[in-house]
Amino acid sequence: MDGFWIVLTGTLVASVSGVLGAFLLLRKMSMMGDAISHAVLPGIVIAYLIVGHRASFSLILGAILIGLLTTFMIENLSIKGKLQVDASIGISFTFLFSLGIILISKYANQIDIDTDCVLHGEIAFVPLDTIYWNNMNLGPRPIWILGGTAVLVASFIAIGFKGLYITTFNLDYAKSLGINVIFWHYALMALVSITTVVSFESVGAILVVAFLVIPPSTAYLFTDNFKYMLALTVVFGFLSALFGYSVSVWLNSSIAGSMSVVAGGFLVLGVLFSPKRGLVVRWMRSKRISPHQPAYRK
Amino acid sequence: MSEQENTSIEVHNLTVSYHRKPVLWDIDFQLPKGKLIGIVGPNGSGKTTMLKTIMGLMKPDSGYVDIFGQPLDKVRERVSYVPQRESVDWDFPADVMDVVLMGRYRKDNIFKRISKEDKKIATEALQRVNMLEFAHRQISQLSGGQQQRVFIARSLAQQADLYLMDEPFVGVDAATEESILRLLSDMRENGKTVIIVHHDLQTAYEYFDHIVLLNTRLVACGPKEKVFTKELLQEAYGGKLTVLSKIGDLIAKEVFPVREPEYKEDKKL
Repeated sequence: MDGFWIVLTGTLVASVSGVLGAFLLLRKMSMMGDAISHAVLPGIVIAYLIVGHRASFSLILGAILIGLLTTFMIENLSIKGKLQVDASIGISFTFLFSLGIILISKYANQIDIDTDCVLHGEIAFVPLDTIYWNNMNLGPRPIWILGGTAVLVASFIAIGFKGLYITTFNLDYAKSLGINVIFWHYALMALVSITTVVSFESVGAILVVAFLVIPPSTAYLFTDNFKYMLALTVVFGFLSALFGYSVSVWLNSSIAGSMSVVAGGFLVLGVLFSPKRGLVVRWMRSKRISPHQPAYRK
Repeated sequence: MSEQENTSIEVHNLTVSYHRKPVLWDIDFQLPKGKLIGIVGPNGSGKTTMLKTIMGLMKPDSGYVDIFGQPLDKVRERVSYVPQRESVDWDFPADVMDVVLMGRYRKDNIFKRISKEDKKIATEALQRVNMLEFAHRQISQLSGGQQQRVFIARSLAQQADLYLMDEPFVGVDAATEESILRLLSDMRENGKTVIIVHHDLQTAYEYFDHIVLLNTRLVACGPKEKVFTKELLQEAYGGKLTVLSKIGDLIAKEVFPVREPEYKEDKKL
């Protein structure tokens, strides 16, 4: 049963972050997900310090605010500060993450959180953190929180699909239609912030970062259809969680680490065997052409 | 019709800069309705900036643009923009229909589903650019000319009155160029106004009725016969060597102002 909850947690995190990551990937902003997932740390710590307990709502609020602040900071460093976008991203999130580390080490005894847990998470403890209602076991608390986030993200994407799609494909054209591109940009970043903060408690920042970029990249290699790409992202996320957990049991190693490595393994398979862009297909195609070449050579 | 009623775009005292360097300097002009209008000038003369400023994508330092006598936000429904083809990633996972349907997206239907009516309009738009058979082709598999026609179909799907196109003839094959031109003159017949950023002086005279000659400052704006004079072209292009020979050709055209159809055939060969 523990294994089931752990794989379910991994799958939920992978699906939610992967689907948002697909939009980031196509916006060429995958590092933005990386940045936000690290930068939310001070937001979480400050929210802890203010409310004094681990109530998820205040944490989410803190994370959204700091996630939007990160987005804002990156944009201003690059547009107003005239720095390169990748440099702006690097500056913003290392600064905010370090700020979070200082806050944690300063107030470590007051808050139930440490840097180790932030980076690697405690996915193994997910099954222990159960919630009860009228003495009935409702299952692990993280599952409920992640499930709620999944519903939120899925409904936002379903309702706002057109807005996210057009602003991702052709920003200037969307602007020319009078569509509020700033709203869509910040809405996506807010969702990334929420996902990061609810995920990282259970699985850690590294797995969130991995799931934000690896499963959508693998899916991108396998299809040219955006809706299939979203679906495949979920499939690869599930497979990474399932096999990652098996690997961790087999090697008796970190669960989050194993899940990331397995996700990376699927990506390598994609690079090799993708039907459209894979190295093997490209190699076969070049073989198939070769019989005709002597005729052209003359 | 009065002057006011016959104006599609009025640009007044417009100055736009990029990184504090002026790209457009104190520009004033009025463009008529129902014409094919070319914005022409050398590289870096601010043609694309002009179009982006008209579309509200760049903020001017001073001056304003009125479209059909009103600010853009009041008449957005009547204006359509075709960005440069290279401005998007054609490896994006979308098919032709997905892209053309974007022409039906609006601020107030962005949360609604795509309707049957939208699909019908998009299909008609694809038909007009001869791309209907490619409706479900992935955009990554299109040639340059096909990509350009998809962009034009998307714009047609907006059913606007004024179209602003940024370099629609760049990187397209001769057949596509021909079919785009035919479509543009159809649009003009239907009373639409089409404004095109174009970098090729040779063809500009042939394609457009009205020309805006730009080089950061406005050099000239008017019917093509009045704009394409040796003096004005030299003012816009300066003494650039490669361009001078082109100007030589154009001056030759002053002697034969009407382009013979045979000449066009020659060029295609």
